[in-house]
Amino acid sequence: MKNRLPPRRKRGGEGLVTASPFLLPSLIGLLVFSLLPLIISGLISLTDWNGLDRLTDPDFLQDHFVGLANYKSILTTPEFWNTLGNTMEYIVLYIPLMLAASLLVAYLLSRPHRGIGAFRVVYYIPVLTSWVAASLIWKSVLAPQYGAMNGILAWFGIQGPGWLLDEAWAMPAIVLVSVWKDMGFFGLILLSGVVGINKTYYEAADIDGAGGWTKFTRITLPLLTPSIFYVVIVAMINGFQLFPQVMIMTGGGPNGATQVMVERIYQYGFRYYRMGYAAAFSWILFVIIMVFTAIQMKGQERWVHYDS
Amino acid sequence: MMKKSKLFSLIALLLTAVLLLSACGGNNTANNAGNGGNTAQNDTQGGDAAEPVTITYCNFNSSGGNEETLAKMVAAFETEYPNIKVEVETIGFDDYFTQMQTRVAGGTAPDCYELNIENFAAYANKGMLAEITGVDVSGLNDTALNAFKVDGKQYGLPESFSNVVLIYNKDLFDQAGVDYPTADWTQDDVQDAAEKIRALGDDIFGIWQPITYNEFFKVVAQYGGALLNEDKTAFTINSPENLEAATVLVDRVLESNVQPNAVQQGGMGDWDMFMSGRLGMIPTGIWAFQTFTDGCDFAWDIAVEPGSTQKATHFFSNCVVMNPETEHPEEVAAWLAWLASSTASADIRLEAGWDLPALKDLDALSSYLEVTPPDNREAVFESLDYLVMPPVIEDYALMSDIISQKLAAAAEGTITVQEALDQAQAECEAQIKLA
Repeated sequence: MKNRLPPRRKRGGEGLVTASPFLLPSLIGLLVFSLLPLIISGLISLTDWNGLDRLTDPDFLQDHFVGLANYKSILTTPEFWNTLGNTMEYIVLYIPLMLAASLLVAYLLSRPHRGIGAFRVVYYIPVLTSWVAASLIWKSVLAPQYGAMNGILAWFGIQGPGWLLDEAWAMPAIVLVSVWKDMGFFGLILLSGVVGINKTYYEAADIDGAGGWTKFTRITLPLLTPSIFYVVIVAMINGFQLFPQVMIMTGGGPNGATQVMVERIYQYGFRYYRMGYAAAFSWILFVIIMVFTAIQMKGQERWVHYDS
Repeated sequence: MMKKSKLFSLIALLLTAVLLLSACGGNNTANNAGNGGNTAQNDTQGGDAAEPVTITYCNFNSSGGNEETLAKMVAAFETEYPNIKVEVETIGFDDYFTQMQTRVAGGTAPDCYELNIENFAAYANKGMLAEITGVDVSGLNDTALNAFKVDGKQYGLPESFSNVVLIYNKDLFDQAGVDYPTADWTQDDVQDAAEKIRALGDDIFGIWQPITYNEFFKVVAQYGGALLNEDKTAFTINSPENLEAATVLVDRVLESNVQPNAVQQGGMGDWDMFMSGRLGMIPTGIWAFQTFTDGCDFAWDIAVEPGSTQKATHFFSNCVVMNPETEHPEEVAAWLAWLASSTASADIRLEAGWDLPALKDLDALSSYLEVTPPDNREAVFESLDYLVMPPVIEDYALMSDIISQKLAAAAEGTITVQEALDQAQAECEAQIKLA
């Protein structure tokens, strides 16, 4: 891996001067619109800012500084742990289901079969749909009595649950909708992994008389692990940042069963006028995502195979 | 060669620094930068004193149908006050409060704007509003005026109001052989009628009354309870009166089932249920009249909301407020007072069938009474005698969310009513500091 990197240029200092005018426009954008807000939000998280007071007031920090009080109060409320639990429930259900679904999408896209033309168009439509529109449609599909979902289940003699209105089913329903929406995107990424696998492995396997399932588990899956790893990381981060579908389909209900972290951050910041608290909440979320990503990065050595 | 590229990068650095300054500094730095470069702006600011004063006004209420009504009002106002020009900006309700919050914090709020009652208290208590003085507001409804006072100071003028009445399906009452509701009905009468209507069919329900904070603070008042003590220094959410009120509401779902539970409701909206002829009664806003007139193929009418130990009816109001940083406080006050209390503005409002002006003198509203259905339109005004104001506190939204969530759990039967109120009391006490 290391010898693939281009040799380091010795006269880097001079190159930087020449390159800086070209780099600056995007660098400035990054500094002003990403790094600066990041730093400011860190400062805000140490205050009791209500979101309305003028931040540029010279005495602002002096008047509103509360130290780590926001962090302490977040971590000691049961609400936070409930919210974290809900978020984890989502991730634990979402990632395996989404992986299975997007593997299926990748598989269907990778081989010629009847109706492939139509499928190639259809599978990506959910990805392109806006979350707001998709959520509204699904909300009506999942309506217990008059929704299409329970109507279809009724044909098979199954009495469908209350879905978004049922504490136990609300989160699985949101997972279902998210998988439906995301499998096209992740399927496409897995497809690029599948296509990149060297055909000679399969030819060798054919000669050895391996069946389809064996080829899938012994060749495709192992060589797909780099793509799967990427998909899992991205899906996990997205999972922690779960927001629009919850906001529109359940608003955190029923009885707090789908309250998730970003939803809480939004409510505290923009509905309850507790911007300092919301900023601290988002930093806690940031740290959680960092930790989980780091664990994944460390863990990948055990199961991700880079074909060399 | 070397020198040139260094010079170039230095200039680029400088340019970007200027960009950065003007981009992130908000109003103050923008003005500073304007001294150097933006002379065009300075020219317009130092214009002729005889020119009319322009004030900016932001609102959400006209979006989605009444933009032109508001434009008519502005035109009428400008004819009356030729020295004032009003620049209107209309933002949809969903984005309005996040936008306004950002603008207030950034120092770019308009001279005056509209707020609903939930957000009014937050803004007023955080010192974001100017007291409105020097204008005659005696024509405005006293309850409404009081709703927008903090510590005796008038920070907002009630610009419009709506209230809630009991709307009922006459056909279902006839079929069940029950007398129509009257102004002296109590919750017990409602229960009796609801049970008889429920008996008409599996899919027909007596009443729909949301078990949420918004209904709750009113129903507890009907039972002599309240969510806060009188001087708003302590929560009284789990008082015996409140428990009685909440039990009545929850039992209608779980015990007598005259009100559908979430699954029986099946994701259908409450107005849709009423319009499909499946609900005997629904206490809802007078803004439903037009929709029900168009959507109901049965006879319906209205009555003053039922009471219990006393009567209490809902009242919603939007107010208009002044930015303390405005350069034209007198002109702004004149516009706000005109918008809220002038007969000219009221006429335009009524003619467009928008909402009702919050006027004391109901004669101005006589044309409103002529439209039917409902036949008993007077009930809208009779209801005004029993208005109960929402308990306006700084953390209004947080309090209402906590209470709504606990009530919903009780209505599902997950926890008992007593537990719901106890938990709501404890959570409000833990999370909200009352003045």
